[in-house]
Amino acid sequence: MFKDVTLGQYFPGDSVIHRMDPRAKIIASILYIIAVFCARNIISFAALAASALLLILISRISMMTVLRGLKPILFILVFTALINIFLTRSTEEAPLWQANIPVFSWNWQPSIYREGILRAIFTALRVIVLIIGTSIFLTYTTSPITLTDAIEELLSPLKLLHVPVHDFAMMMTIALRFIPTLIEETEKIMNAQKARGADFSNGSLVQRAKALLPVLIPLFVSAFKRAGDLAIAMECRCYRGGEGRTKLHKLEYHFSDFLILFLVVAFMAGIFVINHYNPMGIGI
Amino acid sequence: MRNFIETEHLQYFYDDVDRQADLALSDVSLTVREGEYVAVLGHNGSGKSTLAKLLNMILIPTGGRIWIDGREITDPAFSEDDMFAVRRDVGMVFQNPDNQLVATVVEEDVAFGPENLGVPREEIRRRVDDALRIVGMESYARHAPHRLSGGQKQRVAIAGIIAMMPRCIIFDEATAMLDPLGRREVMQTMDLLNREYGITILNITHYMDEAAHADRIVVINDGKVYMDGTPTEIFSQIERLHAVGLEAPQGTELLHALHTDGYDLPEGCVDESACVEALIRVYKEHTA
Repeated sequence: MFKDVTLGQYFPGDSVIHRMDPRAKIIASILYIIAVFCARNIISFAALAASALLLILISRISMMTVLRGLKPILFILVFTALINIFLTRSTEEAPLWQANIPVFSWNWQPSIYREGILRAIFTALRVIVLIIGTSIFLTYTTSPITLTDAIEELLSPLKLLHVPVHDFAMMMTIALRFIPTLIEETEKIMNAQKARGADFSNGSLVQRAKALLPVLIPLFVSAFKRAGDLAIAMECRCYRGGEGRTKLHKLEYHFSDFLILFLVVAFMAGIFVINHYNPMGIGI
Repeated sequence: MRNFIETEHLQYFYDDVDRQADLALSDVSLTVREGEYVAVLGHNGSGKSTLAKLLNMILIPTGGRIWIDGREITDPAFSEDDMFAVRRDVGMVFQNPDNQLVATVVEEDVAFGPENLGVPREEIRRRVDDALRIVGMESYARHAPHRLSGGQKQRVAIAGIIAMMPRCIIFDEATAMLDPLGRREVMQTMDLLNREYGITILNITHYMDEAAHADRIVVINDGKVYMDGTPTEIFSQIERLHAVGLEAPQGTELLHALHTDGYDLPEGCVDESACVEALIRVYKEHTA
C-alpha cells in the first residue's frame, strides 16, 4: 500500500521550469516570496494572481493537482480570513455592519469594516500565491535529490566557516534513499505482528499508539543494522567525506536560468512600482 | 601468475561488550594468485566474513601479516592514502543488496565509488556506462534502486564496485539473500568478471554448488584453514567435510554414498553432467 508513495509530490516533466537549474529555482522562489510579501494594492495583487496562473501553465502541472495541494492550508485560510474580517478596526471609516450583543453587563460589538474584508481577501490571496509559487518552482518540478544537490551547492560558501555542508547533503541523500526501504520494512513488520494477533486499527488512540511499539522497536533495531552495513559498504567504496570528490552530474546554469531569474527580478521590481500607483485607491 | 593476496598467521578477535575476547580467526595463512577464482567455505561463525573484512582494511588484524599485491598492508607505516588504494583494488560486495546502495538513482549509485576517488567527470560517465553494461543493467541506469529485484540490486552493487576498477572483488555471501534466479545472475556475473576481465574473485559462500564453480576452494573452520585445494580434491574428502558440518554438492554426495556401498563410481565428481554419465554407465553395467 505504501509502495508507490511519492515523496514531496514531485511530478517528472520536461517544461521550462523542470529544466531549470535547481539552484536558480531556489533563488527564484526566494525572490518570488519577497515579491508576494511586498504587494500592497489591488493591481499588484492582480499581478500576483496572474503570475501564479502563468507559472502553473508554464510548468504544465494540472490545475487539479495544484488545487489539491492547497487543501491542507484551507483551515489556515478560513481562520485568518475570519480573524481579519472581525478583528480589523478602522478609525477612518464607519463600519459596514455592527451588532450589539450584551454579554453580562458588557456590550460586545462585533463589527465589519471595508478594510477588514480587503485584508481578508488579500491575505488569503497572498498565502495561496505563496504556496503555488514555491511548489511550482520547487516541490512539483524538482526531485528531492536534485534539491539536495542544489542546497549543497548554494550553501557551499559556508564550508569556509567549517559548516559540514557536504555531510548534511550526504545525510539527506541517504535518508531519501532509505525512506522507501524503511516503509517497505514497516509494512513487513506490521504484517508479521498482525499474523501474531496484533491489532493496529481498533481501540483508543492510546491503545493504538501502544500497539505500534512492537513495530517501532524491530524497525529501529533494523535501521541501526542497516546504517552499520551501509557505513562499511561506503568505506569499501573509498568514501572519505566531501574532500577531493568529483561528481557525475554537475549542476550548470544555462541561459534560460538567467532569463527566468531576470524575469522574476523584473516582476519583483514591477510589484514595487505598482505599489506606488494606486488609481482605484483599493489597498492595504 | 604472481600472488595477489598473501596472509601469514592471521589472527583476529572481536572485543565483546563484556570484554571477553572472541577469537574469530586464530591462524590463517593463505595465498591467492592474481586472476584466480577462489571460493571460501565454512559454516556460520567459522570466521570467513572476518577474513574478508581484513583483506581490504575494514578490520585491522590483531596478529599476523597481510600482503596485497606484494605490499604489506599490516605495516604500521601504511598511510591513509595507501589504505584507500587497497580498498580501490580490493572491492567488496555484501550480503544485503539494500544496505550497500547509497543513491536514489542507479547510475548515481554506480558513480559513487569513482566520485570518491576523484575521477574526472567524463571518465566517471564512461566507467558507469561500462560497469552497467558488464552486469547487464544498462537499461536501468535511470531507475530507482528500490524498484529493482534482489538480483538486479546486487548486480548494481557489483557495478558500483567494478566502476572503481578493482583488481580483486570479494563477495561476502553476496547470494545468500537472493532467490535462485537472482543467484544465477550474480554467479554468471562473477564468472564473466573472472574469465573476461581477469579480476581475482574471492567468493565467500555456504552454497556448495557455487564453490564447485571456483578454481580453488579454501575451507575455513574454527578460524583456521581446514582444507585448501581444487573442487575435485576438496569434494573427494567428503568425510572431512562432514566432520565440520559441511556437505558436498548433491551429485557428489550421491556418488560418494554409492561408492561406499561398493559401486564403481568416482569420488569428488563436481560436474553435474559427469555425475549423471557415471551413474548411467554403472546402471548399464548392472542391468547388462
